[in-house]
Amino acid sequence: MTLYVYLVAGWLLLVGSLGIVRSRDLVHTVVCLSVAQSGTYVLLIAVGYQRGATAPVFGSTTPPSENVVDPVVQAMTLTDIVVSATVTALLLALVIQIAKRHGTLDPDHLSSLKG
Amino acid sequence: MVPSADPAATHLAPLAFTVPIIVACLLLALGRRLPRWAVDGLATTTAAAVAGIDVLLLMAARDGRVVTWAGGWTPVDGTTVGIALVADPLGVGAALIAAILMLCALVFSWRYFDSAEAHLHALMLLFLAGMTGFVLTGDLFNMFVFFELMGAVAYALTGFKIEDPTSVHGALSFGVVNSLGAYLTLCGIGILYARTGELGLAQLAVALRGNPPEALLVTAFVLVLTGWLVKAAMVPFHFWTADAEAVAPTPVCLLFSGIMVALGVYGTFRVYHVVFAPVLPAPGVQCLFLVFGAVTAVVGAVMCFAQRHLKRLLAYSTIAHVGLFLLAFGTLDAAGTEGGALYVAGHAGIKSALFLMSGVILNRYGSVDEIDLHGRGRHAVLLPWLMPLAGLALAGLPPFGLGMGKAVAEEAVATAGGWWAVAVFVLVSAATGGAVIRAALRIYRGTGRAPEASPPGTEETSGTDEEAEVSGLLQRVPLTMLVPIVVLLLGALALGVVPGVSEAFHAAASRFTDGAGYVARTLGAPAPLPAPTAPSGWTLSGVALSLLSSAMALAFALAALHHDRLPATLRAAARPVAPVLRGVRALHSGHVGDYVAWLFVGVAVLGAFLAAGAL
Repeated sequence: MTLYVYLVAGWLLLVGSLGIVRSRDLVHTVVCLSVAQSGTYVLLIAVGYQRGATAPVFGSTTPPSENVVDPVVQAMTLTDIVVSATVTALLLALVIQIAKRHGTLDPDHLSSLKG
Repeated sequence: MVPSADPAATHLAPLAFTVPIIVACLLLALGRRLPRWAVDGLATTTAAAVAGIDVLLLMAARDGRVVTWAGGWTPVDGTTVGIALVADPLGVGAALIAAILMLCALVFSWRYFDSAEAHLHALMLLFLAGMTGFVLTGDLFNMFVFFELMGAVAYALTGFKIEDPTSVHGALSFGVVNSLGAYLTLCGIGILYARTGELGLAQLAVALRGNPPEALLVTAFVLVLTGWLVKAAMVPFHFWTADAEAVAPTPVCLLFSGIMVALGVYGTFRVYHVVFAPVLPAPGVQCLFLVFGAVTAVVGAVMCFAQRHLKRLLAYSTIAHVGLFLLAFGTLDAAGTEGGALYVAGHAGIKSALFLMSGVILNRYGSVDEIDLHGRGRHAVLLPWLMPLAGLALAGLPPFGLGMGKAVAEEAVATAGGWWAVAVFVLVSAATGGAVIRAALRIYRGTGRAPEASPPGTEETSGTDEEAEVSGLLQRVPLTMLVPIVVLLLGALALGVVPGVSEAFHAAASRFTDGAGYVARTLGAPAPLPAPTAPSGWTLSGVALSLLSSAMALAFALAALHHDRLPATLRAAARPVAPVLRGVRALHSGHVGDYVAWLFVGVAVLGAFLAAGAL
């Protein structure tokens, strides 16, 4: 089970990257980048996971003595998601502008920068 | 617990990056209502203030390191839950270079962007905050956060000329490749956290002490390094660099080329010296950087000499110089680090000045294509002298600081066993300097044959379509464009002639390579001083080699300009080079999928190299 989670994380990262390499459409490229990044979410969450533990919010239902999963990796994942939202929005905006200026979204047909 | 030498100094480090962030937010909120001069003034003053904070911090960190724990969560008996900022002289020095370059870039853009709104200034200040935070933080995850801040702002700045087709294309390649590199770094950080439960650099070092170099740690090291090295534009992670720097606005290029790529090198060696030096054996790592540094330098130099687009030429020359930085820092000792740091500082001055000159050329003549501009600048006054001079300085002409860094680095690299790397230093700096001199002579003196119409469909990017960044072309160069160029060149000159520079850089380099001292000081233990070694400044052999590379640069430039007059034997000897060059150029396809494929090739080779050395 534990190994399986890490395999999923690695798979997401690699399949996302493969998608970028083989992409024929820049919107697809940007989404593949998000897929690759999802691998990092899975990895981080898996690192802090504990069997039978609860969410790391102490209060009336969760006394400090209870086992909780690691909040540090959850904070890191949240930061990561914020980064992802920013970068994806920015890249999609650039893609829209590429479509307007080049008239194509196929990276094979973009030839403004070579050599 | 050891109190800091100066309690007031501990407040300086957070100010260095919070001040520009706050002003950037103000500019975004109020920018529309403020007149242009107020926006320019506020942004420039802020950059100057950050430079001032950096100077104060540098003085405080002169005798060691200034450690600031966020929220006052100081360590108790060496254990801590806090997050630290650790300012050591080399890191603060890098932040200071960033602030000075930002100041020059902002002054230059007073006249440069007639139509710019406050967005540009806000983005520039956020960029400065990202770079400053990256070098000041002592926490691996915060390094990633500042790296991403720097990255996301940099993509936006690259695509700033949103109407320009090449600009948005370059920005997209930059964004995709850099983000992917950053995600691999984050995976590495995740693995390290899983192994140790720590994120602070010093805490990680303590947790890993005495560990054998197992496969998991090698993997983590390679992954963490990938992001930094993508930023550093090491071959084969370098493809984005020329595309982004060719299309970004000139003041932005100055920062990319002058300091951002060098920060990638900084991150790499900071993480190695503090966290991994006790775990991974040094010979394997040295060998890695000797090989990758040399390949990067040679590929960059060849591609640089083959360009006609002025900004692409400068971008490839930056890649070549990054290769030389990696060779110097890759010796992993204080002497090599001193040479590398001096080289970075000298390079920042010269290369930034050259980028500003390319900006002036673009705005006076409406093109950055060397062939197209043949003889167009015959009537210019100052730049026909400054640009070849900067080309010679780029090749290492004494007494510029870049030449001194090159001399110190060459000596250190030769001592570390890579005598052949000295030849790489001389040839690569001669080729990059030669390319600049060639372009300068062609544009300003009309040397060489006048251009013929180039055949359509050639595999190269010309610079004729570049859009000028002022409305209407400039009739004369305004003072706000000229002063930063002269200041940067004088700064690079001062590095080489002011006495005591070499000693100061040597002290900073010994601190940087002393990972144990960093850990002890951060966690509040008394830090033993590193054993003093002699600083090396100008030496006779260093001056001789620097003069040699400057002379070779001139020779390369003249040979390229008058290639039809070269002896037939020499031309026959050069003929087999052409297909190789075509092949290397074809690899730089502008296709983002290709770039990502190369990124993974690079990760695999790095991993194989380190595994062979360490396991």
